[in-house]
Amino acid sequence: MKVSMRLAAAALTLAAGMGLAAIAQAKPLKITLPQETATFKPGTNRDVVMNNCTACHSSDYIQTQPRGPKFKKDFWTAEVNKMIKVYGAPIEEGDIPKIVEYLTENY
Amino acid sequence: MLNRRRLLAGTTATVATLGAGSFLSSVSALAKTVTLPFENGERPMAKYPQKRPLILQTSRPPQLETPFSVYNEGVITPNDAFFVRYHLADIPLEIDPAKFTIEVKGKVDKPLKLSLADLKKMPAKEIVAVTQCSGNSRGFSTPRVAGGQSGNGAMGNARWKGVPLKTVLEKAGVQAGAKQVVFGGLDGPVSDKTPDFAKALDLDHARDGEVMLAYSMNGTDLPMLNGFPVRLVVPGYYGTYWVKHLNEITVIDSVYDNFWMKTAYRIPDNDCNCVEPGTPPKATVPINRFTVRSFITNVQDGAKVKAGETRLKGIAFDGGKGIKEVAVSTDGGKTWLPTKLGKNLGNYSFREWHATVKLTAGAHELKVRATSNDGKTQPMQALWNPAGYLRNVVETVRVTAA
Repeated sequence: MKVSMRLAAAALTLAAGMGLAAIAQAKPLKITLPQETATFKPGTNRDVVMNNCTACHSSDYIQTQPRGPKFKKDFWTAEVNKMIKVYGAPIEEGDIPKIVEYLTENY
Repeated sequence: MLNRRRLLAGTTATVATLGAGSFLSSVSALAKTVTLPFENGERPMAKYPQKRPLILQTSRPPQLETPFSVYNEGVITPNDAFFVRYHLADIPLEIDPAKFTIEVKGKVDKPLKLSLADLKKMPAKEIVAVTQCSGNSRGFSTPRVAGGQSGNGAMGNARWKGVPLKTVLEKAGVQAGAKQVVFGGLDGPVSDKTPDFAKALDLDHARDGEVMLAYSMNGTDLPMLNGFPVRLVVPGYYGTYWVKHLNEITVIDSVYDNFWMKTAYRIPDNDCNCVEPGTPPKATVPINRFTVRSFITNVQDGAKVKAGETRLKGIAFDGGKGIKEVAVSTDGGKTWLPTKLGKNLGNYSFREWHATVKLTAGAHELKVRATSNDGKTQPMQALWNPAGYLRNVVETVRVTAA
């Protein structure tokens, strides 16, 4: 459920009856996540990758993938296509080769 | 107030003041990184809220791995060391449990909206159960496969307290013709084009009396990153079903076919749930119960030990039949010795085992192999599937005795 819907749902249920004891026991919990430290390696088309990938995940999703000759162009092409087809990443057609090229060269 | 940025970039002294304790022993005392034992295995250690420093797999969405030495501390995994795994980056960071509700809807006679207080008024049940990420140990998959590259630390064992799903479903009144129950949590995608995370169980499984809505973990509230205030507990099943921040329960009269059930989290549909490495399966089914596994926890790979008598200990678990026996080998699997099992906390829990073995001077390959009560055991050679799931090969620890 998206945050906006969540807030709306919370507001709606605010009026619902709540026992005083429950209120006393159940305290709101708020956490702050640490700052992201992982960054994309310098390289050609890094900006294209930043623009297309980082809205949904941090760069360590890429950094931690297996390395080696089997994890080059075909691997990254499949991954980028998975992001588009499966996860609905709004990547423009023209950006696909640039992203694949950057990932193949740098990871 | 602690400044988390400063902590993350902290010095050794800072890490020490966090009460890191002995678990860092497997790591350099100076470590801000650890190296998991596979190619490209270097990971930073990171301090997240309500957690001790854990192995940072990814930061957004967060995936944190438990350092393996934690499993040697005890059979219960402490909440602050328990692994974290999310799929989608829009995760809840602030929840007021007084306003939190769980909707029960779909093919039910009486749709419900349960508050946490409502849930806590219902008869409670406790169970000690392991949850394990489907991709636990994926980094060892050979050949390697895409996905989260975990070592063996994406598993944990906790005492869960909550209300059986069966009780909640009975209260709502499941209608005739219902087939499955779908579970959704507060975590969701950043883009509305990304399939929201939801999982389904068959109705009979959902009301087996063991599947539970847990509001307590090891005697206290669940940490936020483990699903506060309520998560689904599906004993014996991979963690993907243990929906966190559970707020929607929908009874349906069909088989749920979203991305997370129909495409992801599938295993080969054959006896071994495996295929020839590098080949695709002919047919698949949703991942389900854990395979049987066991580990030596008190001796690390590459350790130097004294020649003579050495005490070995570790843990074993399976998908819910319980552990019948654990055997160890000091000669690479040629001969096997029995071990003594520790206290039985139930069929879904880690089971401790220990043994005293004699090691002559020289190199030894220690191996451990568990057998469950239904006679299933671990393969000597790792089985393979395209997603790197279900790893349960007999583990090897190489030591040198002197």
